[in-house]
Amino acid sequence: MTRPTFQIDGKPVTFTEGQTIMEAATAAGVYIPHLCHNPEFEPHGSCKLCTVKVNGRNCSACTFPAADGQEVLNDTAELNELRRTITQMLFVEGNHLCPSCEKSGNCQLQAAAYFLGMTDAHFPFFYPRRELDASHPDILLDRDRCIFCALCVRASRDVDGKNVFAIGGRGIDSRLIVNSPSGRLADTPIAATDKATRVCPVGAILIKRHGFEVPIGERVYDRHTIAEESLEREEPIVEARHG
Amino acid sequence: MDRHEYEHRIINRIVENHGRDTRQLLSILREVQREFRHVSPEAQQKVAQSLGVCITQVSAVVGFYSFLSTVPLGKFDIRISDSITDHMLGSREVAAGLCRKLGIQPGESRQDGRVSLSFTSCTGLCDQGPAGLINGYAIPRLTEDRTDEIARLINDDIPLGEWPEEFFAIKENIRLADRLLGNPVRPGEALERTVALDRETMFGEIETSQLRGRGGAGFNTAWKWRFCYEGPETAAVCPPGQPAAGIERYVVCNADEGEPGTFKDRVLLQSCADQVFEGMTVCAYLVGAKQGFLYLRGEYLYLHDQLEAVLATRRRRGLLGKTILGSEGFDFDIEIRLGAGAYICGEESALIESLEGNRGVPRNRPPYPVTHGYLGKPTVVNNVETFFAAAAIAVHGGEWFAEVGTEKSKGTKLLSICGDCARPGIYEYPFGVTIRQVLEDCGAADVLGVQIGGPSGTFLSDKECDRKLAYEDLATGGSFIVFDRTRDVIGIARNFTHFFAHESCGFCTPCRVGTALLKNLLDKIAEGHGATGDLAELSRLGRFVRSASHCGLGQTAANPILSTLERYPEIYQARLKTIDFEPGFDLDGALATARRLSGRDDADAHLSQS
Amino acid sequence: MAEKLTIATTSLAGCFGCHMSFLDIDERILALAEVARFDRSPLTDIKHCRDRVDLGLVEGGVCNAENVHTLREFRRHCRILVAVGACAINGGLPTLRNPIALEECLQEAYRDGIGVENPQIPDDVELPLLLDKVHPIHEVVRVDYSLPGCPPSADVIWAFLSDLAAGGEPSLPRELIHYD
Repeated sequence: MTRPTFQIDGKPVTFTEGQTIMEAATAAGVYIPHLCHNPEFEPHGSCKLCTVKVNGRNCSACTFPAADGQEVLNDTAELNELRRTITQMLFVEGNHLCPSCEKSGNCQLQAAAYFLGMTDAHFPFFYPRRELDASHPDILLDRDRCIFCALCVRASRDVDGKNVFAIGGRGIDSRLIVNSPSGRLADTPIAATDKATRVCPVGAILIKRHGFEVPIGERVYDRHTIAEESLEREEPIVEARHG
Repeated sequence: MDRHEYEHRIINRIVENHGRDTRQLLSILREVQREFRHVSPEAQQKVAQSLGVCITQVSAVVGFYSFLSTVPLGKFDIRISDSITDHMLGSREVAAGLCRKLGIQPGESRQDGRVSLSFTSCTGLCDQGPAGLINGYAIPRLTEDRTDEIARLINDDIPLGEWPEEFFAIKENIRLADRLLGNPVRPGEALERTVALDRETMFGEIETSQLRGRGGAGFNTAWKWRFCYEGPETAAVCPPGQPAAGIERYVVCNADEGEPGTFKDRVLLQSCADQVFEGMTVCAYLVGAKQGFLYLRGEYLYLHDQLEAVLATRRRRGLLGKTILGSEGFDFDIEIRLGAGAYICGEESALIESLEGNRGVPRNRPPYPVTHGYLGKPTVVNNVETFFAAAAIAVHGGEWFAEVGTEKSKGTKLLSICGDCARPGIYEYPFGVTIRQVLEDCGAADVLGVQIGGPSGTFLSDKECDRKLAYEDLATGGSFIVFDRTRDVIGIARNFTHFFAHESCGFCTPCRVGTALLKNLLDKIAEGHGATGDLAELSRLGRFVRSASHCGLGQTAANPILSTLERYPEIYQARLKTIDFEPGFDLDGALATARRLSGRDDADAHLSQS
Repeated sequence: MAEKLTIATTSLAGCFGCHMSFLDIDERILALAEVARFDRSPLTDIKHCRDRVDLGLVEGGVCNAENVHTLREFRRHCRILVAVGACAINGGLPTLRNPIALEECLQEAYRDGIGVENPQIPDDVELPLLLDKVHPIHEVVRVDYSLPGCPPSADVIWAFLSDLAAGGEPSLPRELIHYD
């Protein structure tokens, strides 16, 4: 029996029933830009960087199920411009000052913006003033860099079993909130070894005393594009799940 | 007993009354706020403890819904509607007057804790504004005289229950009835016919009627019910046409009527609630649901008790509860849940999230609520008017309903007409009616344009009056706002754009950031600081938000801008400066602090804007 | 011989790192001198643009009234205006003061801070007044191109100037885009 197949940019991609477009693409070695998606967790679908055209309609590849015969457009000028606009929006919404951020060089937002050819942020900056939480001895939470991907929320809930994080507020006033009476990280059971501290794609959650350990030129995205790095890391995870 | 202990006891009692059910979190928080005038961080903690959930789950919900406050509100909490129609009736002036009389500023509570005043999204009283809410209860027709009285009552600390009843009298304003409003269904009439026929025959009536969802999207109602009945594909182990055994199903009536300028669901629930519940019960019979919900927007709190009374009567008459009309196995009941100020909860999957006690964030689709809805179970979510029509179809038959209307839009549609017209109110028309006809009937003169379907719909100019209300031409949820030539197109677009930025849930990047950027850019243009490049940017940004957003809110949030920009480019052009660029922030204003601290006011201590 | 490309440069709220990086093009500056001539620039010590300039390179963000005047003069004189480096593009490190009220900043620096002698907030008319926030230059004038980096490497600057001198539309290859 032939496996079901769909096309990404004209290239046939086979998939297993139940896979999303993102999973099928990853397994086939096709990179679809993404930030809030990480195949280790339930898909979330909030960043919209993985927007692809499915039979002419914009869909999030990370949540949309693959189906036999679908025509998917991914690497097109139009979609990459849309994605670049999203990275620009994320840059102006928060305070993403790469030269002073410890995550620089290992940051997925930055790397995705490189990949998409973003040279400026285009929009006026919001310069938000959100509460910084340095209370924990080993972990720093800089909310000004949060992009609301909810990966820490999912990791803390589904892997660590601690439910340390949630997204609160509404609209442009959304905030990452912390599960303790004081609202501070120090009063939660979070530990530096938790998955939740390792999944932040940006520099919002950092392990203290490890900043700038890797010299410029040797950091993750100094050596590889986010496309290469992402496929290398995520392909085995998808393969393991779907065989 | 100290304050903490007292608070703890009250909160415990509230949580207990809700069966310690996390899904009723929003109702619990509404009651906590009613008790203490806010939901303090301590109260959130206590609710979390009592329910045995994370504090974040509680505080995330508190932070999401506009009506919940973490700081104390006044003993009398006034919220003035910011709908464009209320603005046109002078709501901002009324609010300023009230503030003056009460000695407060908008957004704050008076020192003595007596009163607070703020603004809120459309309260659904557009035909009898300027309107607002006092302690959550709707209060229409806020004239200068009325606000004098209100200020006096508040200053004299007269309890709300002793205020003159006419202050809270909400008019129906039904101006034109056609076959639905003209043929009300007697309680039980539709159900008697339903249980008398076999299921397939009644399904056939709904199919024949070609009824489409009245919330605006227009999905075929019979199909939706059928999909729900046949259950999720994954559980479709039964023969085709038979329900997947053992799966619970739910019927939800979406009464989160938040689209500015629409109020027909309010009138239906005020005047014809029995028929709406009847329609829900017919649906429950067909899809095999045991539990229904009426999700009533918080702004319609005033309807809550009378709706409960209608439900109680129906239970007494055997029209709800166990073995309805003596039909073995036909068990169904309806629970009313109140919202708390979040337009997004009108989106069906966000509404379901809210019913489950969460923030109203729209889910990823597929799967759709009809197969994976409330608690992941098959769920029909329909608009108030859809159930209202379904009950009539069950009585009079599908053919009767489909006799009028157009090819793809059968039956009649209720319109909420407001704005610049002599006779605002509810009008029922067969689909296919022209804009011209409607304008004539409601007494509109010197028309500049009409907002069809609310801010998420389309702005039509006076040159498009021959267009028709029907899915083939102009789909609408029923909002119909008339603007005459004294109105400012950009001001209208700006009001709507602010509304969407305020109501964006914040889940997806394009809507969360995009609606805020649209608001700022349109403000800049409206205030006369726009430069030639700004219109192209406004249009580009609008098209981006439309195409990249997660749900219907974001996908339509730019409609006010895009549809007015398309029709009135010259009005926007005229507002622009003839320079190619001007900053979006006030340059001279940005020096004010430095001027004050240095005591300077020389020429170099100032900047021109361009 | 064809008319030489005229270039002006300036530094607003920046550290001159981008200018240093420009000089890092090393011996390529000789090739540049063949096709380009410098007008106003800290490198030439010319204080104001003498006439129309083809290309204006701006380093640094906008933190005070003087920056606004300088930037506007640049925009008026330059056919093509380029935001060079992180500070010009997003305000850069100086924006670390943006979350703090200007009044607090000034009081800490000139009145209440440790080691302040003769505390007073400067009021000399010669000193430009501070804006309440630091802004990237695209929020104050129209910008044609941006060269990201802190600083953009000499290769980035060179690639851009080469494209422009060759009369083409400048575009940075992916591997040259960096924000730090």
